[in-house]
Amino acid sequence: MSRRTLEMHWGEHHRGYVEGLNKQLEKDDILYGHTLDELVKVTYNNGNPLPEFNNAAQVWNHDFFWESMQPGGGDMPRLGLLEQIEKDFGSFTNFKEKFLEAALTLFGSGWVWLVLKRTERCLAVVKTSNAINPIVWDDIPIISLDLWEHAYYLDYKNDKGKYANVFMNHLVSWNAAAARMARAEAFVNLGEPKIPIA
Amino acid sequence: MALRTLLTRKSLGLGLGVSQSVRGLQTFSLPDLPYDYGALEPAISGEIMKLHHQKHHQTYITNYNKALEQLHEAMEKGDSSTVVKLQGAIKFNGGGHVNHSIFWKNLTPVQEGGGEPPKGSLGWAIDTHFGSMEALVAKINSEGAAVQGSGWVWLGLDKELKKLVVETTANQDPLVTKGPNLVPLLGIDVWEHAYYLQYKNVRPDYLKNVWKVIDWKYASEVYEKECP
Repeated sequence: MSRRTLEMHWGEHHRGYVEGLNKQLEKDDILYGHTLDELVKVTYNNGNPLPEFNNAAQVWNHDFFWESMQPGGGDMPRLGLLEQIEKDFGSFTNFKEKFLEAALTLFGSGWVWLVLKRTERCLAVVKTSNAINPIVWDDIPIISLDLWEHAYYLDYKNDKGKYANVFMNHLVSWNAAAARMARAEAFVNLGEPKIPIA
Repeated sequence: MALRTLLTRKSLGLGLGVSQSVRGLQTFSLPDLPYDYGALEPAISGEIMKLHHQKHHQTYITNYNKALEQLHEAMEKGDSSTVVKLQGAIKFNGGGHVNHSIFWKNLTPVQEGGGEPPKGSLGWAIDTHFGSMEALVAKINSEGAAVQGSGWVWLGLDKELKKLVVETTANQDPLVTKGPNLVPLLGIDVWEHAYYLQYKNVRPDYLKNVWKVIDWKYASEVYEKECP
């Protein structure tokens, strides 16, 4: 991911969302007191988003996205996260394929996520459109990939597949993912109940 | 399979960008641009036009043909769940082909009359419905800039009510998805790929400049056909 892309993406797009959101919040006393997480869920309004949703969600999404990457990323997750991926996808390779397939089959602007689903209690690959974010459905995101064209066009033109591959192989931060997974396990019980035999 | 592919190559309707096969399944091909890639500069760069035409539009066509073939097979087998599953891909890729085919005709180099306002009945209709050309441009630009994510902004004609409308559609949804009586006169692509390399994230600048290469003659022709 080139410096020019980061300067544009972070400095213009992300900053634009932040400033836009701040301007909208200035005018609204009710929304002003929320945390960002709360703001995203409240403005999503159960599927009928308020005008602030786009900015709020995109601020959240981009914060999360930057933290989903690191220099010299890629490689594989380890220990518990790897075990869970193997449990829910069969193998790490299978997960990777599913993630890349989701990236290629997303129509229009959006994001691809690895989430921990709260009710199903398993990991899944999820696609969302525009600014939508899995926290509105109460799921817990572990990593994300920005598939709005502005995220890759300067570096890869229309070659989405190459961008997604580079992300998987060189940018994704499994350290960040592991930290998020550890926190997520405080909210979602992934273990099988151990019923003692008398 | 091989026989059918052979026959589609020896296509019949060459100029239409369409060819027929034994089973009557049409495949589509990329229409040529009526101008050079660089002819729309400086409003739209040659680099963007080339990528937009050769990569994006071609990809929609390729995937549209693939989806149609899969649909044909599923229909023959009576596989309803696959037929329904394919609707998303057909709407997206077919829509992309429809929309971009219109878009290329909506643009023309300045030397060929790009940007010249419409005379005749369309000009009158614009003044009647929007007050002035400037008002129409301002409305289209503001709606186009406000599209969240990817989509299109249209000047359409409601052929039932004989009224001009400004509409936006998401992703590659064609204008008819906003109303079955809507006929597209002008469409402006506001997907980021349409302007990013040149205008970066400043979509309003792209919208301001694209008017210099809009072909109002084509829009007038479509209008006059529906409202003689």
